[in-house]
Amino acid sequence: SSSSSIYFPFYPWQVLFFGFGWLFFMRQLFKDYEVRQYVVQVVFSVTFAFSCTMFELIIFEILGALSSSSRYFHWKLNLYVILLVLIFVVPFYIGYFVVSNIRLLQRQRLLFACMVWFTFMYFFWKLGDPFPILSPKHGILSIEQLISRVGVIGVTLMALLSGFGAVNCPYTYMSYFLRNVTDSDILALERRLLQTMDMIVSKKKRIAMTRRQMYQRGEDQNKQTGFWGMIKSVTSTQTGSENLSLIQQEVDALEELSRQLFLETVDLQATKERIEYSKTFQGKYFNFLGYFFSIYCVWKIFMATINIVFDRVGKTDPVTRGIEITVNYLGIQFDVKFWSQHISFILVGIIIVTSIRGLLITLTKFFCAISSSKSSNVIVLVLAQIMGMYFVSSVLLMRMSMPLEYRSIVTEVLGELQFNFYHRWFDVIFLVSALSSILFLYLAHKQAPEKHMAL
Amino acid sequence: MASLDRVKVLVLGDSGVGKSSLVHLLCQNQVLGNPSWTVGCSVDVRVQDYKEGTPEEKTYYIELWDVGGSVGSASSVKSTRAVFYNSVNGIILVHDLTNKKSSQNLYRWSLEALNKDSSPTGVIVSNGDYDREQFAENPVPLLLIGTKFDQIPENKRNEVLTRTAFLSEDFNAEEINLCNFNTTFLSLSLQMTGFTDRKRFNFKSLHYD
Repeated sequence: SSSSSIYFPFYPWQVLFFGFGWLFFMRQLFKDYEVRQYVVQVVFSVTFAFSCTMFELIIFEILGALSSSSRYFHWKLNLYVILLVLIFVVPFYIGYFVVSNIRLLQRQRLLFACMVWFTFMYFFWKLGDPFPILSPKHGILSIEQLISRVGVIGVTLMALLSGFGAVNCPYTYMSYFLRNVTDSDILALERRLLQTMDMIVSKKKRIAMTRRQMYQRGEDQNKQTGFWGMIKSVTSTQTGSENLSLIQQEVDALEELSRQLFLETVDLQATKERIEYSKTFQGKYFNFLGYFFSIYCVWKIFMATINIVFDRVGKTDPVTRGIEITVNYLGIQFDVKFWSQHISFILVGIIIVTSIRGLLITLTKFFCAISSSKSSNVIVLVLAQIMGMYFVSSVLLMRMSMPLEYRSIVTEVLGELQFNFYHRWFDVIFLVSALSSILFLYLAHKQAPEKHMAL
Repeated sequence: MASLDRVKVLVLGDSGVGKSSLVHLLCQNQVLGNPSWTVGCSVDVRVQDYKEGTPEEKTYYIELWDVGGSVGSASSVKSTRAVFYNSVNGIILVHDLTNKKSSQNLYRWSLEALNKDSSPTGVIVSNGDYDREQFAENPVPLLLIGTKFDQIPENKRNEVLTRTAFLSEDFNAEEINLCNFNTTFLSLSLQMTGFTDRKRFNFKSLHYD
């Protein structure tokens, strides 16, 4: 099918991918934290390296690099390693680090980590039940059992992210949706925030002073004797503590208000920055892109609906179809085989690069938003798991974008999965995710200006 | 009640170093049971008798403003945080002795806070880089507190103490290293140099309920 097998160095690429994963971990994810458990960094880099190798093997397939049998061997090897990592290594370490954080379980860490892993395996296995992902002729201990389940999780993740991304991208790029925020709005909110803080401070001063006086009075009262002395001491402490709990309740309410005001102000500041950015040349460029992406988003939602409603299964990939159209309708004659190979390479390359880049950016944002010094290890391992499953599923779905001759290796290696099911499942989840995102963004957008009035 | 002057002290540091626990300890004389993330800024107040027993005895309210977040936060968060940095009388910089990055980040924290301080000396920063000169002339007193000292293994303790000594020299600050908050006795002495007339605050041993 392809031209002569060219010699391509294989293993240096894997080292390169590992190094990239290592650097990414150190410079981007863990730039504010100290790496104390190097095993986490190694596991993350290994997951990244083997995931990228899968993409590399697809490129090799298209370019005809290495020999066909050698490619098949590397595919199989890579697949086994990545399944081992995603099903055994990463979940086990996630359980181990979660258990390490809980003081009660810390002594029997290994035992509890194993228990967590078995629970994970149980649910992972159960995942296969509701989905028609396997043909009945597969045995129970075949590799297809594992890949199919990994595929379901990964495809769900891809579709969720894709749906949200398709809607969020034009929403953030287009300046049409930017709320009008003036400097005076921000100043007014900041003033309210500081006033609230001052009120909290004055109430806490009262509490502190009252407690101090009660303590001092307590010392005096210990000297008071007699019946009336006892009555007096009981009643005065009671009113004292009643007052205190009232003020404390007011303080709690004010602190909640101060947090809300803080988050509101941050939101306004962010919007103001975006407005300023939209006036620059770059901003205008992104605004234009936003309109383009919104059309693309509508098109994708439309296509997903059509696929589901009409139970359509894509037969040809975009490359072959594009070539067919140019040859048959436009009458242009060219070397189909040659161009098919090169266009596939470019298209698949673009898909791979944008997937990896998009995922890494999303992971970084997520990680920085939710991690703390205690949970950083667990979170980065969870992200490694997501990343691995995401990339495996990308390969699964990418099959549809490639011409038949390149598709066969993927089919051969991944076994006889019900590929059509995965595409259908992707369409369904994509649709659900995109529509929910539209609803969510609409509600958030509408609610925002009213929030300022109410507060 | 005699009139009480206002003393505002900022407590800065990375998330997870123990700022909220420290503030709670100083103000409530209690160990904080379940510390959670600080959103925005949380304030607490300590009543302090200055120069107790002397004729110049005066009672002060020390407001400890515990600002949450990280140095790498978005610029919108930083601009919002800046409102808390006005008219500050002192800054407590907290770092985790088991985490080197938290110590390094203190430079950026102090720059962020001092840039907003409307001091007459007019602190000028060149592209955010640390400059020791600024701290030498800085009128705002700094205190450096290192937490979780007990979590460092015995053999590393000297190394850590040397490192933090250099750090406090850089800041021209006083330094205190704290053990686990569960110890029964904790006595701190806080010296704020440069604060109008060189007041020395002595925290007596804090008992736990």
